[in-house]
Amino acid sequence: MQWLKRLFSRHRRYDDLAISIQEHLDERTDELMEDGLTREEAAQKARREFGNVTVIAERSREAWQWPTLESIWADMRYAFLRLGRSPGFAATVLLTLAIGIGANTAVFSVLNSVLLKPLPYPKSEELVGVWLTAPGAAGLANFAEGLRLSPSMYFTYAEQNRTFQSLGVWIAGTANVTGVAQPEQVHTALISDGVLQTLKVPPAIGRWLSQADQNPHGSRAVMLSFGYWQRRFGGDHSVIGRNITIDAQPWEIVGVMPRGFRMVNADFDVIVPLAFDRNKQILAGFGYHGIARLKPRVTIAQADADITRMLPIWMDSWSNGPGTNPHFYETWRITPAIRPLKQEVIGNVGGVLWIVMGTLGVVVLIACANVANLVLVRTEARQQELAIRAALGAGRARIARDLLTESVLLGLMGGVCGVAVAYEGLRLLVAVGPANLPRLSEISLDARALIFTLVLSLASGLLFGLIPVLKYAGPRTPLALASAGRTASVSRDRHRSRNLLVVAQVAMALVLLVSAGLMIRTFQELRTVDPGFADAEHLQTMRIAIPASLVASPQMVTRIQNNIVDKLAAIPGVTSAGFANAMPMEGIQSDWDEIFIEGKNYAGETSPLRLFKYASPNFFHAAGTTLITGREFTWSEIYDQRPVAIVSENLARELWGTPAAALGKRFREFPSMPWDEVIGVVEDVRDNGVQENAPGIVYWPSMTHNLYGPGMLEAVRAVTFVVRSDRAGTESFIREMQQAVWSVNSSLPLASVRTMQEIYGQSMARTSFTLVMLAIAGVMALVLGIIGIYGVISYAVSQRTREIGIRLALGAEKKTILRMVVGEGLRLAGAGVVVGVVVALLLARLVSAFSRLLYGVRASDPLTFVSVAAALTVVAILACYLPARRAASIDPMRALRTE
Amino acid sequence: MLLFQHTYFQNRYYWSIMLGMAKNSDRRDLFPGALEMMILHSLRLKPMHGYALVKHIQQISDDLLQIEEGSLYPALQRMLREGWLKSEEGISAKGRPTRIYRLTPAGRRRLEQEVSTFETMLAGITRVLAVQKA
Repeated sequence: MQWLKRLFSRHRRYDDLAISIQEHLDERTDELMEDGLTREEAAQKARREFGNVTVIAERSREAWQWPTLESIWADMRYAFLRLGRSPGFAATVLLTLAIGIGANTAVFSVLNSVLLKPLPYPKSEELVGVWLTAPGAAGLANFAEGLRLSPSMYFTYAEQNRTFQSLGVWIAGTANVTGVAQPEQVHTALISDGVLQTLKVPPAIGRWLSQADQNPHGSRAVMLSFGYWQRRFGGDHSVIGRNITIDAQPWEIVGVMPRGFRMVNADFDVIVPLAFDRNKQILAGFGYHGIARLKPRVTIAQADADITRMLPIWMDSWSNGPGTNPHFYETWRITPAIRPLKQEVIGNVGGVLWIVMGTLGVVVLIACANVANLVLVRTEARQQELAIRAALGAGRARIARDLLTESVLLGLMGGVCGVAVAYEGLRLLVAVGPANLPRLSEISLDARALIFTLVLSLASGLLFGLIPVLKYAGPRTPLALASAGRTASVSRDRHRSRNLLVVAQVAMALVLLVSAGLMIRTFQELRTVDPGFADAEHLQTMRIAIPASLVASPQMVTRIQNNIVDKLAAIPGVTSAGFANAMPMEGIQSDWDEIFIEGKNYAGETSPLRLFKYASPNFFHAAGTTLITGREFTWSEIYDQRPVAIVSENLARELWGTPAAALGKRFREFPSMPWDEVIGVVEDVRDNGVQENAPGIVYWPSMTHNLYGPGMLEAVRAVTFVVRSDRAGTESFIREMQQAVWSVNSSLPLASVRTMQEIYGQSMARTSFTLVMLAIAGVMALVLGIIGIYGVISYAVSQRTREIGIRLALGAEKKTILRMVVGEGLRLAGAGVVVGVVVALLLARLVSAFSRLLYGVRASDPLTFVSVAAALTVVAILACYLPARRAASIDPMRALRTE
Repeated sequence: MLLFQHTYFQNRYYWSIMLGMAKNSDRRDLFPGALEMMILHSLRLKPMHGYALVKHIQQISDDLLQIEEGSLYPALQRMLREGWLKSEEGISAKGRPTRIYRLTPAGRRRLEQEVSTFETMLAGITRVLAVQKA
């Protein structure tokens, strides 16, 4: 810290030095006066003898300095001073940079928090998601990203593996909590043993669920999430050991997970043990997410090989019941597809974020081009000063440093403003919260983001600072001094770099606008797709689950659901009501299985998997799903357990040729089951999202023998009710629905109360998020581009005032001048548009090859390209028109007199 | 060459202490360290301010050595920085405020070191010069 002390004692040192030198001179003067000189002569002679006081004092002070730093500091002070003298310039540059850098910092923070930061679990690089693929199971590809694990697989893998420290399965669900105030539906995370050991996050209080808690006949223990503990129990520590009523059963609370803990990608309120009954497991039941922690230094490939080894063991150890072939699954060609857990958490959002990041990078480039233009003009004004300095012996490096100091300073100041912009932007983003953005709660401006900002600011400063340096710090000819003087017009050369910048700006703006345009077209295309339901805004949905512990009999469940539908339909303003196990796009996992149609020989052949859904009478009418032929279920068919089914149009066409031909045809799920008769065909539904193809769907009655395998009558207990009404979404309507439900059974909570429009919007969230971000970037690019063109043209006009004056004086018409100036701008814009179109074509093709962002639009969509190019050209003409009009209205007398 | 303290060797102001009688003609620089050695030695006799130091060396050397102010003040500041000297407020002979430079213990050690180095060098040079033509 020696140097710090020195820094602070420095001014005393300087004063001492000045006093010493003064006394030196005074004494010498006195001496000379004693020799007979007058005071003035003596003082003069003393000074002459001493030498250059300023230089000597300066050299003496250097003993206390770090000379390079001091002179950079001086440069910086000078730069500040200059900026202070042109606040308009400084404000424009800072604003431009703040927006450009701020937007980048914000998106980088998102990118960093979502994609780059490790998951918030200890040693998270060891965590993997255990998935399988089954290319031989036709139709499976329609349903999920792959094949999940069945409980029997879990047992086999957990017990026989050689590559995992721990392995477990989990699934998200819902449950009803009663006994405290209003009944409430909570989100549950159902976990097997091994899940908590894998994630390795210790509880905030209490203990983990233990292996003993997984005993299906043992005690019932649950854990709470931090949020639920705070919300429901006020963070009371004595909650451990207390009971909570979940689905009408008492459970003991044994622990609370810490704040911010998520089950992979799911927020939950309660952790409930899956408690598989080992004796009842079969091969099938592929409904569970597998997670595991790899042993140290084990690769994913090794783990895959380990799973491959265990697959035959699994088939040998379990069965699907008497008379079934356990090695049937060999036809599915199951192969492991283990992937890092992070990939599972962030899903497919990565591509979108990188695209947005790239787009905003382009915006910063455009902003830099604008600033570079401004700086160029400023430097041009200083040209004389620089030439004089060069003539006096300032080296190239010294002048370059002087020019760069100002730019880098601007860049850094812009970065500071940018951080403020980013901070606000992120707060906004998290508040708006695009629902499908994973790890949203983890987003923050951290050290890495700040370093990114610093680097970006420095880089921008250097980027726009280097252009004037290259132009003006070079070896100057004496002409530089002369040309700044009285000449008629400026050389072409001086405009070239500014023109190039404008061309680049227009090109980049065009690329961004084309991207935004393609997204708008995609959005339009998606809006025209018939999702398989109608008038989503007036369709109210809510989920109600009736747990077996509350109502055991499936008939009773159906009766309650029937009563609820009747009550809902009786609410004033309701036109129809019904329910199904899940609405399209709700993201609720449905069942799927094979069906076998009557009269077809399936010898040795497997049939594709079909999506199974379960519907109430009148459901399609309420949802607005068109019944193409036939009819819907009736309540009596459901109560009487008639073997009936409804199929989707595409399935009817595939199996029987036409929808009409399907009516009366029969199929079954298991050879031992009675045949089910097709009584209706409904239009296709985009069940997995608007952008996904409509799967072939079999609709069963809501109470059926087929739900959990052959012969067991069961009713779907967790269902989504749909109510069609013009009052959908209003508070009063929701209250009346609640009353209607509670008049049937007061311990049933309503969950996920929302309109179909919200569900639909969420399924489009990725597209709309990308669209909004690209649109913002496009508009920023457009505005910056316009400013760029306007700035360059109007500067050129101001430089050519004299020339234009002469032209006018010699008889040029105003129209000609107007055309000349606009033409110049147009040439630049035109060049930019041509370059931009080429780049955009290449880029759009590249991007659409790697991501599935575009839908129904080709990457080279002519409409988008032509309209964007035309719009940009028109805007460019407008930007040139103002300076052109000013040029045309120049008074020749005044223009020539000013010199 | 151990004699030439490299830090001062690099310093462009070091070389400017001149032989006084030849100030305007035939300039000859002293070896590095000479100015410092003389300053340190003079201040060991008695703390002095800058001008007094110039006068002192001039008188003692019978005007043979004349210190240039352009070298003196930077050298003093460097020596202050190194901790060989300290400066204190004082009053000059004419009653004006000035700064008096005083030797520190570190300066004293430095002087002894410089003197012994100088003597070794002088002995070496003397021997070289003492060799007669055979």
